[in-house]
Amino acid sequence: MELNAKIPPGPLKDKWSYYKDHAKLVNPANRKKLEVIVVGTGLAGSSAAASLAEMGYKVKSFCFQDSARRAHSVAAQGGVNAAKNYKNDGDSVYRMFYDTIKGGDFRSREANVYRLAECSLALIDQAVAQGVPFGREYGGYLNNRSFGGVQVSRTFYSRGQTGQQLLLGAYQALIRQVAAKTVHLHTRHEMLELVVVEGKARGIIVRNLDTGEIERHSAHAVILATGGFGKIYYLSTLAMGCNASAIWRAHKKGALMASPSWTQIHPTSLPQSGGYQSKLTLMSESLRNDGRIWVPLKKEDPRKPNDIPEQERDYYLERRYPAFGNLAPRDISSRAAKERIDAGFGIGAQKNAVYLDFSKAIREQGKEKIKEKYGNLFSMYQKITDIDAYAEPMMISPAAHFSMGGLWVDYELMTTVPGLFALGEANFADHGANRLGANSLLQACVDGYFVAPYTVSNYLAEEIKTGAIDANRPEFIAAENNAKELLNRLASIKGNKTADYYHKKLGKLLYDHCGLSRNREGLNYAIAEIKKLQEDFYANLAVPGSAQEMNGELEKAGRVADYLEVAQLMCYDALTREESCGAHFREEHQTPEGEALRNDEKFCFVSAWGWNGPDEEPLLVPEPLTFENVNLTVRSYK
Amino acid sequence: MKVFLKIWRQKDAKAEGKLVDYEMDDVIPHMSFLEMMDTLNEKLIVQGEHPVEFDHDCREGICGQCGVMINGRAHGPLKNTTTCQLHMRSFKDGDTIYIEPFRAEAFPVKRDLKVDRSAFDRIIGAGGFVSVNTGQAPEANSIPVTHEMAESAFDSAACIGCGACVATCKNSSAALFTSAKISHLVKLPQGKLEARKRALTMVAQMDRENFGHCSNTEACEVECPQHISVLNIARMNWEFAKAKVLK
Repeated sequence: MELNAKIPPGPLKDKWSYYKDHAKLVNPANRKKLEVIVVGTGLAGSSAAASLAEMGYKVKSFCFQDSARRAHSVAAQGGVNAAKNYKNDGDSVYRMFYDTIKGGDFRSREANVYRLAECSLALIDQAVAQGVPFGREYGGYLNNRSFGGVQVSRTFYSRGQTGQQLLLGAYQALIRQVAAKTVHLHTRHEMLELVVVEGKARGIIVRNLDTGEIERHSAHAVILATGGFGKIYYLSTLAMGCNASAIWRAHKKGALMASPSWTQIHPTSLPQSGGYQSKLTLMSESLRNDGRIWVPLKKEDPRKPNDIPEQERDYYLERRYPAFGNLAPRDISSRAAKERIDAGFGIGAQKNAVYLDFSKAIREQGKEKIKEKYGNLFSMYQKITDIDAYAEPMMISPAAHFSMGGLWVDYELMTTVPGLFALGEANFADHGANRLGANSLLQACVDGYFVAPYTVSNYLAEEIKTGAIDANRPEFIAAENNAKELLNRLASIKGNKTADYYHKKLGKLLYDHCGLSRNREGLNYAIAEIKKLQEDFYANLAVPGSAQEMNGELEKAGRVADYLEVAQLMCYDALTREESCGAHFREEHQTPEGEALRNDEKFCFVSAWGWNGPDEEPLLVPEPLTFENVNLTVRSYK
Repeated sequence: MKVFLKIWRQKDAKAEGKLVDYEMDDVIPHMSFLEMMDTLNEKLIVQGEHPVEFDHDCREGICGQCGVMINGRAHGPLKNTTTCQLHMRSFKDGDTIYIEPFRAEAFPVKRDLKVDRSAFDRIIGAGGFVSVNTGQAPEANSIPVTHEMAESAFDSAACIGCGACVATCKNSSAALFTSAKISHLVKLPQGKLEARKRALTMVAQMDRENFGHCSNTEACEVECPQHISVLNIARMNWEFAKAKVLK
């Protein structure tokens, strides 16, 4: 199998224009005969569903939450990047492209990344027109802040709730179409199967989570915008319901998964405090604009942070990366924190955290200014920890956050199953081996508002004579039976261990062996242990009740069943990549200073994986990456 | 610490519900309230009982999916805090805690502590948006908005749609929720054009969903996790009256 990324011809800056100029169109009269399924109502899903419905397609939208507005895009705090250059600080589309591709450690496609930067301009316009209340200067113009990994200010923000405000814009656009009956929205529905008919994606099988009923839905194209799966680590910054099930079940129907092990471990989350814990709350990276990160110079220093004098503190990011300091990219900041914690300098009751200190910023700018910028984050911190961060430093720690990996897609965001598209965090496309802060909201929006309307139309142009897709075809019946079989199997084990028990065990294995740093021995050990855990899961899982009712435990069990498979693929992915790049740090491949050591000769490709069945090793299909516009350099933030 | 729980159990929308007693011996003050509920559910599952169904997702106070009545207060004893941000340190050893669903005619119970809040989506669908299609937007800086007005619009737009305002209101009014969206959009030039129509259609939808009327007790503002001010309700009333008169 060979992968074709379908990159348009021409110079980098003209590729997207070339694509738009040559993409096939669908006549408005034909659009209403064509149906599109969109799974997920986060930024990518809502924006795609709304935009396609505005164009005249018949859209069916699905989410597992009780309202489309609750999708986890809502929780993104810091901001969204755009190369508007409103700050007159030398920003440009090219510079943003370069920062993103370098931030991703040269493991993403040039053409995709350039398009992301190019479309960032229109996204800010779109959001403002929808009524997104971005932060503004006193003159009335839009304001920007800085984020990690760049030296310009290009991040637009709505206090610490940018994701919420962007999502509400997209949600309102979606609900407007729902009210106009151009979108049929199904909340509390979870996708269980992808239906493939004659090689094309033609529908999905879903479960109504309120009643347990199984439904078949058909369409001419299927879009998965189901987000990331960092929740596989159990303790993560993600929502409890975030999962890999939709993309994993599509993977088992032929869609390749790319770089599944590239998970961003976010440097500024709250540390774990006990085994009962369900979630690691994120503290926005924007805090690193004004917060300084440090640990005591002395191991196990018993003093309170404010009692430790300046000269006895190790501002390790400023020390190791003087050019970027506290705004070093996430992978580097997280690893630097882990290095100090592992070396015994961690702070807090469990010695698993570092300080994020605002005293200098408060001294220089005043408490009111800091409150205006980050007030909601400080009050959230106080609610969770009972500590006033205006008076003493925050304690922070790395936590699983964003999936750079996901379904492999080409330039059109189409997977290896024709008619199946993957948008937003669900795909592997723009971020390479490490995502820059404030690029995820951007990518989700750009995919949904600006890319899918062109590329999905280009696909649907070939479908105008197809006619309605019959959901009684044998492929639908088989997929439905498959879904029911798994549900009944999980519900009938009646063992004595909960889905969360297995999820926590799996998460610990992944944190220890496929997390911030990895090595051959650990990954092999993890694969063997995950297989054992999986056997135990199918022998001793406890799910009360049945599949024919509302059953939250059954939902969890289905997700964990998939996670146990995804985790094995993650380990294979990490094991076979004999280099370090971005978030993927193989201990065998590092410089004497402990920095990541890339191997461009052998590993300048994307690892796409095919499913070979539950007991077989996965099939590796490399997509070579060619760089015509940038030089592959050592990524230095020193 | 030890706590005694009295939790509302109800099999489905039609079944009759009742309070059921549970005891928790091993509660740690740093646990969140929902983690305490997780721990209870772990025990119930292993005993083969159906765990308590409750809504939750992000567990950082922003998705708006969680929300229960705790000792008769929406989201529990802390002011302006979602259920998921409440920690057991807010309770004492030996406390009895009543846990019930958000109650309102417009929020029917689905199972145990889960309620149907889709009425909120329909209120937004009645006009809680700017009618702009993808691709129509002008350059973002072409219409300046003062810093103060953008911040004020944000204050209204911060609503998370949890429904605590309805649950805590003796009339089950959705005035705070509806007014927050009306105010958010009318404060911005982009939303002004449709302000009159929006005020009429959103209020009409709110009435159709069987929410009660607002009688200005201001209980909603006290419980709102996002500090949404009752001044939004005053603004909604003004916009509504203006739209009626000028119609």
